[in-house]
Amino acid sequence: MKPPAVVLTAPGSNRQGDALFALEQAGGAPVCLDLLDLPGRRAELEQAALIVIAGGFSYGDALGSGRVFALEIERLLGDLLAEKVSRGTPVLGVCNGFQMLVRAGLLPGALQHNERGHFECRWVALQPSSARCVWTRGLTEPIRCPVAHGEGRYTCAPAVLGELRAADRIAFRYETDAYPANPNGSVDAIAGVCDPTGLVLGMMPHPENHVTPRQSRAIVWQDHPGSALPLFRNGVAAARS
Amino acid sequence: MSDIAKVIKPAGAHRDRALTRQAQQLGFPGVSITAWDIFFLRGDTDTPSLRRLVPRLIDDGPDGAARLDGGEAAGHPDRRIIEVARRAGVTDRVAAQLAESAARLGLRVEAATGSRFLITGGRALPEEDLHFLVHNLLCNPVIETWSTGAVQPGFARGPDIEPAAVEIVPVRGRNAEELARVNAARSLALDPEEMAVVAAWFGEAGRDPTDAELETIAQTWSDHCSHKTFGAHIKTDNGEITPLLRQLRETTAAIAAPFVVSAFDGNAGIVAFADGIRLAIKAETHNHPSAIEPFGGANTGVGGVIRDVLAAPARPVALTDVLCFGPRDLDHRALPPGVLHPAVIEEGVVEGVADYGNKMGIPTVAGAVLYDPGYTANPLVFCGCIGEVMAGYDKLTGPQPGDRIVVVGGATGRDGIRGATFSSMTMDATTGEVAGASVQIGDPIVERLVADLLIDLLDRPDPLVHALTDCGAGGLSSAVGELGEATGVSVDLTAVDRKYAGLQPWEVWLSEAQERMVLAVAPDRAADLLARARHLGLSACDIGVFTGDRRLLVRHGGRTVVDLPMEFLHKGRPVRSLHAVIPSPDRAPDLRIRRADVEETLLALLAHPDIASKEAIIHRYDHEVLGATVVRPMAGARQAGPSDGTVIAPPQRASGFVLGIGVNAGYGVHDPERMAWAAVDEAMRNITAAGGDPGQTALLDNFSWGDPRRPETLGDLAATVRGCCEAARLYGAPFVSGKDSLNNEYAAADGQRRSIPPTLVITAMAHLPDADRAIGTALRQAGNTLILTGRTAREFGGSHFNLVTGDVDGTVPEPDASAPGRYRRIHRLISEGLVESAHDVSEGGLAVALAEMALGGNLGIDARLEEADACTALFSESLGRIVLEVREENVREVLETLGNEATVIAGIVAGHDLQITTPAGTHSWSGRELERAWRGTAR
Repeated sequence: MKPPAVVLTAPGSNRQGDALFALEQAGGAPVCLDLLDLPGRRAELEQAALIVIAGGFSYGDALGSGRVFALEIERLLGDLLAEKVSRGTPVLGVCNGFQMLVRAGLLPGALQHNERGHFECRWVALQPSSARCVWTRGLTEPIRCPVAHGEGRYTCAPAVLGELRAADRIAFRYETDAYPANPNGSVDAIAGVCDPTGLVLGMMPHPENHVTPRQSRAIVWQDHPGSALPLFRNGVAAARS
Repeated sequence: MSDIAKVIKPAGAHRDRALTRQAQQLGFPGVSITAWDIFFLRGDTDTPSLRRLVPRLIDDGPDGAARLDGGEAAGHPDRRIIEVARRAGVTDRVAAQLAESAARLGLRVEAATGSRFLITGGRALPEEDLHFLVHNLLCNPVIETWSTGAVQPGFARGPDIEPAAVEIVPVRGRNAEELARVNAARSLALDPEEMAVVAAWFGEAGRDPTDAELETIAQTWSDHCSHKTFGAHIKTDNGEITPLLRQLRETTAAIAAPFVVSAFDGNAGIVAFADGIRLAIKAETHNHPSAIEPFGGANTGVGGVIRDVLAAPARPVALTDVLCFGPRDLDHRALPPGVLHPAVIEEGVVEGVADYGNKMGIPTVAGAVLYDPGYTANPLVFCGCIGEVMAGYDKLTGPQPGDRIVVVGGATGRDGIRGATFSSMTMDATTGEVAGASVQIGDPIVERLVADLLIDLLDRPDPLVHALTDCGAGGLSSAVGELGEATGVSVDLTAVDRKYAGLQPWEVWLSEAQERMVLAVAPDRAADLLARARHLGLSACDIGVFTGDRRLLVRHGGRTVVDLPMEFLHKGRPVRSLHAVIPSPDRAPDLRIRRADVEETLLALLAHPDIASKEAIIHRYDHEVLGATVVRPMAGARQAGPSDGTVIAPPQRASGFVLGIGVNAGYGVHDPERMAWAAVDEAMRNITAAGGDPGQTALLDNFSWGDPRRPETLGDLAATVRGCCEAARLYGAPFVSGKDSLNNEYAAADGQRRSIPPTLVITAMAHLPDADRAIGTALRQAGNTLILTGRTAREFGGSHFNLVTGDVDGTVPEPDASAPGRYRRIHRLISEGLVESAHDVSEGGLAVALAEMALGGNLGIDARLEEADACTALFSESLGRIVLEVREENVREVLETLGNEATVIAGIVAGHDLQITTPAGTHSWSGRELERAWRGTAR
């Protein structure tokens, strides 16, 4: 059976279609659910075996990326996301979804304005680096996919960084620390981190935009094409178990 | 009124760095700028309330700690403090969100925003330099106010009174001079003949017009809304020519392409290629607004063309942008009065395009950027949008008598009054002040929701509305006036949702507040529609009815604001009669052999702003959202080369489409007709090189020109249209939509008028049968062979070779009648998988094309050319040429298919170096120097 998945959005989210497609390719059965549909559709979220929080510009990011999204989730859902995680549901926050998870306190650190001061869209290579994270477990090949954000510079207090390293919670690093490989100036080239359970992954790049060979065919790589589909397969597998 | 709390927080190091860098680029090397965001709050601003609100909605932790402002010490000569506040009524997403989120916390506040800047290191900064810096970097007076101390906030709410003044404007029996005064005082931008017709009509009606009637006529009859130049009678020294728009329509009819669904009708052109997918395509200009408020102008330009496509109705899937600016390094002392610095315009326009497209979640995938001193006072911003037509398209009946008129989207405010007439005027030093209200700030999130609503209403076999159009130039007056042309309408302006009180009836009617659509809906469905819109948080209001009496009746409660027959409004305008002097350019054979330092010339070409890498701009646009981008604007694994056509194909589907863009204003100065041929050919080369089918390609035309009432300017335009039509017929590629922006001129204080270079942008959209066959421009493999297709002649008129060497002579490249057949053969080869990569030869000629392929592929090239005249071989811009990368085993088949139109010119080699040998000698460049020239940096 295909595990039921919810792609959670707020007004201004815009990569929900891409996330739906990626989850379908990976064997999930996703539906889209917007905060405007609550509380009417709360049951679907309660029953979801997997949750992806879509990228975009929720509420225009008018008060800072992900801030209003997080406040509205708190207002409309209370602690439901944390409860879902405690019951073993994998959660992926991509880009604006990552920013929301950080604002909501489900992941540590902060996502600040890119070092270059503006939005940046380019393909990057990501090295999966966590065995704890259910989404990256077993992945060895680099994943290639685009970033598309203005506020993606991951920062955190030194103690938090130490904890992330020690607990194997840095899920993805950019290929190198230098621009443009690290497109936003993130500390330690961090592209994604997970929570202590390994179920919640937040990442700035967009794996949902590289799940078929054609999406990267015009980019001539000499080595492995580096599709991100295995990441979603991992999530779906974790949702099944 | 309660006290106003003023909360400030650092805007962030990234912002300080950007402002400081921009100040230095503008010629103030010692200056550094620090910025804070200011939030003005009134309402629940007692200490306990602020303690709840500020940490949750404003504070950003250690690096962005917010605090209550206790008033700053006055500026010191070496430390200037500037405060800026957004004007009341200008769209302010942050303030609106702050108030809304505060309300969710149980706090009632009104919010307004601003900024504070500390300028240091400018000890010797004279007052006029400070003003220049402020007006270019820190504050745009069109939408903001500034002060050297504490600034007054611009709260959106106006006085709580509803004025309902309807002014009567006397025009009956007035002479031409008096009418000209009315025309000027109200910025109507009508021709004297048109004013006379208006006065005569009201004379017969036995009354004088209301302010709103006059404004409605001016908007409807503006060049922007009614193509009065493209529909004009044009006399030349050799007799009258067919009106320009009719020439384009007749060309499309003559081509009779089976894939054209709708051309030059409605908001966008519609085609259906072999896969049956119907695509809507449209491109607009937003030049005048972008000149005075670059961010807002470009921002709403993108928003406007997206609404055009939504109104088709179609789901937007791709955006294009072509931008033309003055030189980035212009000395600020050389700027004409009232004109923003080109670098400032460029920064604002790029940010405006990026902001709207990125937030809408539509990939911006194709475009061009050109620089010329002629664009300094009149920058050009062409915005294009492509969408997939919604399922309800066939069932749209048009408005039926009895249907309700529903406005959805944003609320209406005093923003963007008189945009259509403004765009029909010449700019001068005071334009920014006079036309301030013509510029709006967009809110892409609202438009995102409008798109969601329209998809819900229309992307179904039985659409829930009968007709729709977008509110663009002229606001409700144009949108309702056009939609109700065949039926007539009755509107009550008191039903229109307002952002704030205090609007005059004519302002509500004319406002160009963004993100609004007008829908015609059956009366029994109106309540459901309003509910669906409000569920998304959108404004939605039922403002009246389609009547059937063919009158435009607009009331404000009990008062009549407009009462005009549709017939007069839409058919009453006298056709313009214009005189054109058709140019006769020099096309004599060019016998002069050019001598230039070949090595230096190629590097200079690669570094020329028109040719040099646009990656600093491209990477600010999201070109990946929707997951359908196959060939993207930057090519190769390192994203280090330029693409030709860009390819969009949804991952669920085998087929897709290719976008190509042709533009070269340099040719237009010398030979407008050949410029048209060159632009069409370039767009066709682009789509062909990426794998698109030149036999299934539709074209868009966008003209940005000077004042067509000058016979020479109109003659250039007429020659260009002739070239467009001839080229379209030869290539079998019909025009399906187009737009003209005229009067791109600046009237200097000395009375001199400066016009932009005549600028034609051709957008080509081609069918791509199998997206897995799409190819890019980046070289793929050492050992492969490069084949040049097409003929090379000595053609340097308007070339970039001339720009970098200082030459001025030569002829503009001649049309190549053999190109269409060749492109079809190349398309077949690419479809069969026989071509690895391909790049067209355009600005800068063959040497530039080879260098770009090498950079993109991170490989080297060893080329041998037979042509004895090295400059012609390397730098001529002859049309019709595409370079193909072919595997050794496929070379013979490719050459057999292309016959004498193809020549093997090079082999691909390991490394990064480019070497070109001609009978005159061998020239070589290292990959490093090519990259440094083209990208400004080297690996």
